[in-house]
Amino acid sequence: MFSKVFKHIALAGVTLSFSVAAYAQQEIRIGVIYPLTGAAASTGNEIKNALELAADIVNNGAKTVPGLPFASGGGLPGLKGAKIKLVFADHQSNPQVGATEAERLITQEKVVALMGSYNSNVTQTASQVAERYKVPFLNAESSAAGLTQRNFKWFFRTTAHDDLFVHNFYVFYKELAAKKGIKVKNVALFNENTQWGNETTKLENKLSAENGINVAKAISYPAKSTQLTSEVQLLKAANPEVVMQSSYLGDAIMSMKTYKELGFSPDMILANNAGFTDTEFIRTLGKDAEYVITREVWSLDLAKNNPLIKQVNELYNARYKANLTGNTSRAFTGLLTLADAINRAASTEPEAIRKALTETDIPGSKLIMPWKGIKFDAQGQNMYGAGILVQIIDGKYNTVWPFDLATRDVVWPMPKWNQRK
Amino acid sequence: MSFEILVQTLASGLLIGLIYALVAVGLTMIFGVMDIVNFSHGEFLMFGMYGSFWLYALFALDPLFTLPLTALMLFALGVLVYRLVISKVIHAPMVSQMFSTFGLMLLFRGIAQFLWKPDFRTVDQSVVTGNASLAGIQLGLPQLTAGVGAILVTVGVYLFLTRTRAGAALEATAADKDAARLMGIDSQKMFALAWGIGAACAGVAGGLLSTFFPIFPEVGANFILIAFVVVNLGGFGSVMGALLAGILVGVIEVMGGLLLGPQYKLAVVLVLFLAVLMFRPQGLMGKA
Repeated sequence: MFSKVFKHIALAGVTLSFSVAAYAQQEIRIGVIYPLTGAAASTGNEIKNALELAADIVNNGAKTVPGLPFASGGGLPGLKGAKIKLVFADHQSNPQVGATEAERLITQEKVVALMGSYNSNVTQTASQVAERYKVPFLNAESSAAGLTQRNFKWFFRTTAHDDLFVHNFYVFYKELAAKKGIKVKNVALFNENTQWGNETTKLENKLSAENGINVAKAISYPAKSTQLTSEVQLLKAANPEVVMQSSYLGDAIMSMKTYKELGFSPDMILANNAGFTDTEFIRTLGKDAEYVITREVWSLDLAKNNPLIKQVNELYNARYKANLTGNTSRAFTGLLTLADAINRAASTEPEAIRKALTETDIPGSKLIMPWKGIKFDAQGQNMYGAGILVQIIDGKYNTVWPFDLATRDVVWPMPKWNQRK
Repeated sequence: MSFEILVQTLASGLLIGLIYALVAVGLTMIFGVMDIVNFSHGEFLMFGMYGSFWLYALFALDPLFTLPLTALMLFALGVLVYRLVISKVIHAPMVSQMFSTFGLMLLFRGIAQFLWKPDFRTVDQSVVTGNASLAGIQLGLPQLTAGVGAILVTVGVYLFLTRTRAGAALEATAADKDAARLMGIDSQKMFALAWGIGAACAGVAGGLLSTFFPIFPEVGANFILIAFVVVNLGGFGSVMGALLAGILVGVIEVMGGLLLGPQYKLAVVLVLFLAVLMFRPQGLMGKA
């Protein structure tokens, strides 16, 4: 009861101070909707930290990161030094709440643009509201491919999506043949059988055919299995060079243990993130996790070839006592992209901001992401968004692809189980 | 499909089947003695796994050596559950009994998630690791040990029921609790004993599993569905039936996965379940 009253008083105070500030200096109000409570709360709050850091850099500058846009501080030069004000909302990983909050931010908080929302299903509903009210919506970290297949005019996504990540595998195969002389001709698809795994299987079948790669076996298995013996036997019988695998944590661990038990040694296990990038994966399997390659969106070791990453991470770490992650680095990049567009629009009119977003062209050298840059296609998808491949070597994830960003040479093939120490 | 792969798969199916059997023995016992379906049985298994894990993580005790301790802890938990919850609903309609054990399942999962977080845990350095190679067939040593342990415990429970006075009293209560009471057998005590042994069996199964299976609050769900099929197939209340049915389900699951495709492996098991319900509802070794 008291907390509620207190909240109202505080809210009134905040609103009042805003209206006072509005006269003093123009403020760019950006609504951000993330899961700040509930199951995804820890991720949501990390993202909130990253966004606050990005806003602070735009508003007050950061001397240690001279290569970053707006690092000189003093707000947005295109709007006479107007400062960015983030208005946070909590969607609790609930699509309905996400939509309601989007509406509240637009109609009551008068935000000029929206950002969010991590969970793909919430991004979907919240961006529908933005589309209806004709307010730009920038998404930095939701990966469902369908989000940028809706012909929306007001939706922009900086990150790559699930389909693009799968495409990356095939670009990797091509470059592996061209640059390392390793030709992959025969693969097995080993994906769990919910929507994610099945969509991946479908796409991998199609792309394998297009790239002249034979699919020796495609296996869909239930993620909640008590054993994966028959699956691994079938893989073994198919004898593929590469196993392309999409698994959650439990089944990823179980499959690795069964590979070892049954002595199944393909040249490579090429994993599709999820269970294979969970912190428990290496901790649980120890040296049996070695040599697996998995796709990632980002990795701290990219800093070796990109000083910006090191500098921004130092800022982030000094504030929050944690390193940047794939989610926080993408959210950080998302807000700077939006700031860049608002600055070029030199206006807080939604239509002007939308137009500026469509004209976005940020080179990769100004990003902390492993991308060639940011440029949106007609659907609002960043056409340069891409993932990376990391290989587990010495108990750590090391970037091995794209080859020009690699911090370690790819180890191929992985040693057979009986030849490992 | 080579002969070697068939034999290898058969062997793996056999080993996981023995674990299914041990989980099902506890379940079938509780059902046989007092006609209560224990939905929280998978959570006994989960507690057994966590018990082994924490003894390993905190005191560096191997899950195999702590099996008696795990069994004892779970026995106590089983008795406690009976005294605090089940004894209150023993004369209630079946629906109330089902809801009680279902509620316990949710409660236990919630407790595990609250205490130990939803993280996956594993015992990474057990005394049994690696493979045994037998005539070209690869068998994981943890799985082999677990299989042998499961047989020993199942046979032990069987001998207890058939060769000891307490076992006979338990069987008598199962057969006719009123007549047993007239003969001076304390049915309350027998029920508590059934819950204790049932939970202990799940606990031992959990301890054996913990050397090679990831441990998380919802791990029981992976096993309980299969355990119900095994109990039904073996015949409600029959320990030897559960052993036979466990092996059968394990083998059918892996062979079905191998021959028909992994996406159908659970379907094959459940079709078997339906077939048993239709043609032999008392199960393979159950009394009609």
